Amino acid sequence: MNPHPAPALERAHDDETYYLNMGPQHPSMHGVLRLLLRLRGELILECDPVIGYAHRAHEKMAENRSWIQFLPNTSRIDYLSGMIYNLGYCQAVEKMASIEVPVRAQAIRVIVSELNRIQSHLLWFGTFLLDIGGITPFLYCFDDREKILSILERVTGSRLTYSYGRFGGVSQDIDDVFIEQTRSFLTRMRKQAPMYHQLVHENVIFRKRCEGVGVISREVAHDYGITGPTLRAIGVDYDVRRAEPYSGYEQYDFEIPTRTGGDCLARFEVRIEEMEQSCRIIEQALDALPDGPVKPAKFIKKLKPPAGEFYFAVESARGHFGMHMVSDGGDVPSKIKLRTPSFSLLSSMSEVLEGTMVADTIAILGSVDVVLPEIDR
Amino acid sequence: MPRTLLDIFGNPFIATGVGIGAVMTVLSINVLFCIWFERKVSAWIQRRLGPMEVGPQGTLQTVADMVKLLGKQLLTPAGIDKPLYHLAPLIIFAPVVASASLLPFSKSVALSDLNIGLILVFMFGGFAVVGIFMAGWGSNNKYALLGAMRSVAQNISYEVPLLLSALSVVLMVGAQGGGQIEIGDEVIQLNGLNLSHITLAQTSGLWFIVFQPIAAVIFFIAILAETNRAPFDLPEAESELIAGFHTEYSGMRFGLFFFGEYSNMFIGAMLATVLFLGGWDGPLLPGPVWFFFKSYLLIFVMMWVRWTFPRLRFDQLMAFCWAVLTPLAIVNILVTAFALKVVNG
Repeated sequence: MNPHPAPALERAHDDETYYLNMGPQHPSMHGVLRLLLRLRGELILECDPVIGYAHRAHEKMAENRSWIQFLPNTSRIDYLSGMIYNLGYCQAVEKMASIEVPVRAQAIRVIVSELNRIQSHLLWFGTFLLDIGGITPFLYCFDDREKILSILERVTGSRLTYSYGRFGGVSQDIDDVFIEQTRSFLTRMRKQAPMYHQLVHENVIFRKRCEGVGVISREVAHDYGITGPTLRAIGVDYDVRRAEPYSGYEQYDFEIPTRTGGDCLARFEVRIEEMEQSCRIIEQALDALPDGPVKPAKFIKKLKPPAGEFYFAVESARGHFGMHMVSDGGDVPSKIKLRTPSFSLLSSMSEVLEGTMVADTIAILGSVDVVLPEIDR
Repeated sequence: MPRTLLDIFGNPFIATGVGIGAVMTVLSINVLFCIWFERKVSAWIQRRLGPMEVGPQGTLQTVADMVKLLGKQLLTPAGIDKPLYHLAPLIIFAPVVASASLLPFSKSVALSDLNIGLILVFMFGGFAVVGIFMAGWGSNNKYALLGAMRSVAQNISYEVPLLLSALSVVLMVGAQGGGQIEIGDEVIQLNGLNLSHITLAQTSGLWFIVFQPIAAVIFFIAILAETNRAPFDLPEAESELIAGFHTEYSGMRFGLFFFGEYSNMFIGAMLATVLFLGGWDGPLLPGPVWFFFKSYLLIFVMMWVRWTFPRLRFDQLMAFCWAVLTPLAIVNILVTAFALKVVNG
């Protein structure tokens, strides 16, 4: 059954327009997105994103298992910000059940979250350039990304879907090797950054493909609830880490990079600068790493948060990730509603992509960085 | 003047047979080498090793791939336009063989020596568009059709600066030494459309890249576009159109497209060598060595460009052709004509 039939498909024949089904099997659809495009030549007249191909019912699953059993699910919602989502969920539950988190665990959470953010941005960098036809940068940043994955694998045991968080801390303490590896990665990253800038940012073709392409206006961003780097590229310096600090983000000195263009180039520049800011945060956290335990002395097996509704948000690599949780006082959540940034981004696409060319579609989709499993959940 | 196969064998049928055999052999070896070379160049640019398993340094990898392609089942999609779909790979492949036989690689021997060699090479080059459009139209696939539409617009547009930049070389040949050249005690009346005459005109003086740097750059860019190489690989832009015009081709049919693409690249590089880099001209080493060395140097540059730059958008590509390259080529040809008139009186 086609859940989303094309509107008036027969109309396509008599007005020199035609429909193109881009995806769900398409090299640039970032997973399983399907774009229903009405085209005249290469010009897009209408764009209808069709989602649901990676739906795994995470929200429904939450209602069938205990608070603690839902923990592994969280890192599978957005497989590129797994750490941020996982730790975000822990923090939400901790606030709800008033569990104290040791300061060392908080600092570790910041470090691994920021490493995860850099990793996600590096992957975006590679795939974005792949989308506009530059194949080589992909290999370069996967080389760097590999370093982060190995660092995180050492402490968490997995490379992508970490379940590192525990209610009241993290599963394992970090050691000197981790600190040393992270520091050497930061040095490496800072050495690579100027090269990326020279190779990509100053390239004439790259700038031609990005400047003024896919401009998202303030109104559209406001209407659809766009957050994250895409919002900051419009000139709004909204960042959950600054607006509602969690896990001790208020102690660290970092900037929120913004641009005013709102186009692909602005989004590109914001993300590149964010990587540097993440490096700064990691550096500060490593310098001031407090001693102490990283998890509560006794493992929390049964958790019964008080009845009520609760909302908590973290800043994922793509923007504002919110969790609306309803507890009835039992050990199983009544409802967990996840508010994911990619969903807002993709919703706005039907408006943003109208009147662009097919090649721009790919560039714009690449530049806003949507992760499909996060949209479908 | 080079001796042609017809001079050597006397019989046109034997000459043709030997010629086709020789061209096919050279082109096949070139394709096998180029694909391996491209992989190695890309690996080198991307800090990888590239193919390493089959043969020393992976040299036999392309042979293995060819065998694989030959053994694959040919899938024919439903709803195709049969004659167009089946003919397209041949239409792309055959002209390549014809134009390869026109290029003079040596001072002493050539496969053919025609007075209109340059025109013929461009004519055969123009056939590729027909093949690509047939493939795109016949495949009953919207991505293939989009790729074909892009290809037609792109190849026809870029033929203009390509021809104009080549024309300035033709002017240069006619003016070289008063249009005559002495080899031994033979005086040859130079013909600007004869490819070996173009080379001869450069052997006595400097290569035309010195006199015509702008034309050389325009020619090289246009060759990139004509052969659908990145950053002008829009007809097969994989991130947008999956595989463009050959999306629906599999097995050896796809292999023929691949063969055509790499052979076109080779011919483009050889033509640029003849026109701007003095063909077989060079010290010490024999002529053919210089000729192929220069050609592969240009092929290396093409690969280097491909693995370095992102892709242009379609309208930018057309604007670049009509608003930058074509006017520049026209100005260049006018300036060349004027300068030659002034110098030669």
